Amino acid sequence: MHYNSGDTAWVLVSAALVLFMTPGLALFYGGMVRRKNVLGMLIQNFAVMAVVSLVWVWVTYSLAFGPDAGGVGLIGTLHFAGLAHLNQVVPGFSGPHAMTIPPVAFIIFQMMFAIITPALLTGSGADRMKFGAFLVFIVAWSVLVYAPIAHWVFSPDGWLARRGAEDFAGGTVVELNAGMAGAALALVAGRRRGWPNSLMRPHNIPLTVLGGGILWFGWFGFNAGSALTANGAGTAFINTNTATAAALLAWIAVEKVRTGKPTTLGAVSGAIAGAVAITPACGFVNTLGATVIGALAGAVCAVAVSLKFRLGLDDSLDVLAVHGVAGLLGVLLVGFFGTAASLGSDGLFYGGGAGLLGHQALAVVTVGAYSLLVTAGIAWVIRATVGLRVSENDERVGLDISLFEENAYDFEASSGSRALGPFGSSSTSRGAT
Amino acid sequence: MRLVTAVVKPFRLEDVKAALQEAGITGMTVSEAQGFGRQGGHTEVYRGAEYQIDFVPKVRIEVVVDDAEADRVVRLIVEAARTGRIGDGKVWTTPVEDLIRIRTGEHGPDALR
Repeated sequence: MHYNSGDTAWVLVSAALVLFMTPGLALFYGGMVRRKNVLGMLIQNFAVMAVVSLVWVWVTYSLAFGPDAGGVGLIGTLHFAGLAHLNQVVPGFSGPHAMTIPPVAFIIFQMMFAIITPALLTGSGADRMKFGAFLVFIVAWSVLVYAPIAHWVFSPDGWLARRGAEDFAGGTVVELNAGMAGAALALVAGRRRGWPNSLMRPHNIPLTVLGGGILWFGWFGFNAGSALTANGAGTAFINTNTATAAALLAWIAVEKVRTGKPTTLGAVSGAIAGAVAITPACGFVNTLGATVIGALAGAVCAVAVSLKFRLGLDDSLDVLAVHGVAGLLGVLLVGFFGTAASLGSDGLFYGGGAGLLGHQALAVVTVGAYSLLVTAGIAWVIRATVGLRVSENDERVGLDISLFEENAYDFEASSGSRALGPFGSSSTSRGAT
Repeated sequence: MRLVTAVVKPFRLEDVKAALQEAGITGMTVSEAQGFGRQGGHTEVYRGAEYQIDFVPKVRIEVVVDDAEADRVVRLIVEAARTGRIGDGKVWTTPVEDLIRIRTGEHGPDALR
């Protein structure tokens, strides 16, 4: 084993950066929901961190990166379940693909991707899902959707990876997957009561800005960490920043033309769209590619957010229009702008022909269709058994009070006293007299 | 005695308060309010979706004054709150039967001073 301590240190730090993205996402989304549902949003994201952390070490890491079952590249075996055989090389990462970090560092880094991907779905089912049903959904989705797709693309033994589909940091596995799954969840869960005609404006845009800033920051771990080497991370790092910047400006430019004014929410949304689009491409393109990919993503997504009103699909916080659309764009644009020694062949614009674009298109279609169909199936089964949505009354009252008996903000002058439960009549409160 | 109630633009509150203090008025009650008049709300845009916001934030000012002072106080508020643009608000007066200062129990105009 020839491990490089610089590489290992960078990947471990990157893993921590990527974990921080999920609380960032919680704030990004939490600010966009109505005041009565903000805690419902935050707890869902935090719960995903806990649920997937356990599911990953016990089951899904092995399904995603374990030895391929049957050699067809669809799913890994349970050889690594419970993190057994921890010192064995991750299958496929040998020869020219050999890692310079210990497998456990890779397991930790990839775990954070497995966490934030289902966390993205909280934006599609916002304001209406039962908490228990949501947790069951996350477990099932991690096993049946995330693990197989990660295996197809991220494991060198996966069928898409072997065919030559390129995804530097998760444009298919994370972004397109989350976008399509989000659309499926929104479809099966149904619209929020009152959508699209009642006023459902963001209740705290500063929270959204803070969350977006944390995401931008964490994305350096997400993308540049995916190089899995410290010296090789710089290209992905600068491309991530360049595309994010271009997309922010493109989104607010489109707003200026469409509605007359740029908006704060648009600026943050644009930054996220750019970071999403460069994710699959960040290690494969040059500065021109990063700038164009970012600008296109910002402009296209700024328009795509209006599609849900035409479709009648309450994808509440635009997971499809931002993550799905920008992810799709980024994956396909690798086929045009890709130019790197690590690619099998360059993209169309750099003399590599249409081969790479074909592989990318195949990945988009298969990952998108699988994610949409299997997610809809999982959500449908949960809806038909334990139920997916809270009651009409709970939805009206808001998740914070109806599901969690908590209030996010104490703005009112209020009157009350401590309710004495089983532990309420403590010796301190009585003994004082 | 009369109760003068004014609903004004929030950013005019400081000027109204200064004008009344200068004129010797020693107290007022202020609360945040929402509403609409002829201006009929405004629009907000989030991710390209336009919303019509019916209620506009306003400040409600309440002052109890002697009958003789009511006209002057109304005039001061109108002058201080006016921007000349739609949405400047309204001022009205209502008769007040009695007024008690809680600390001392004084009644009527005595409780005002």
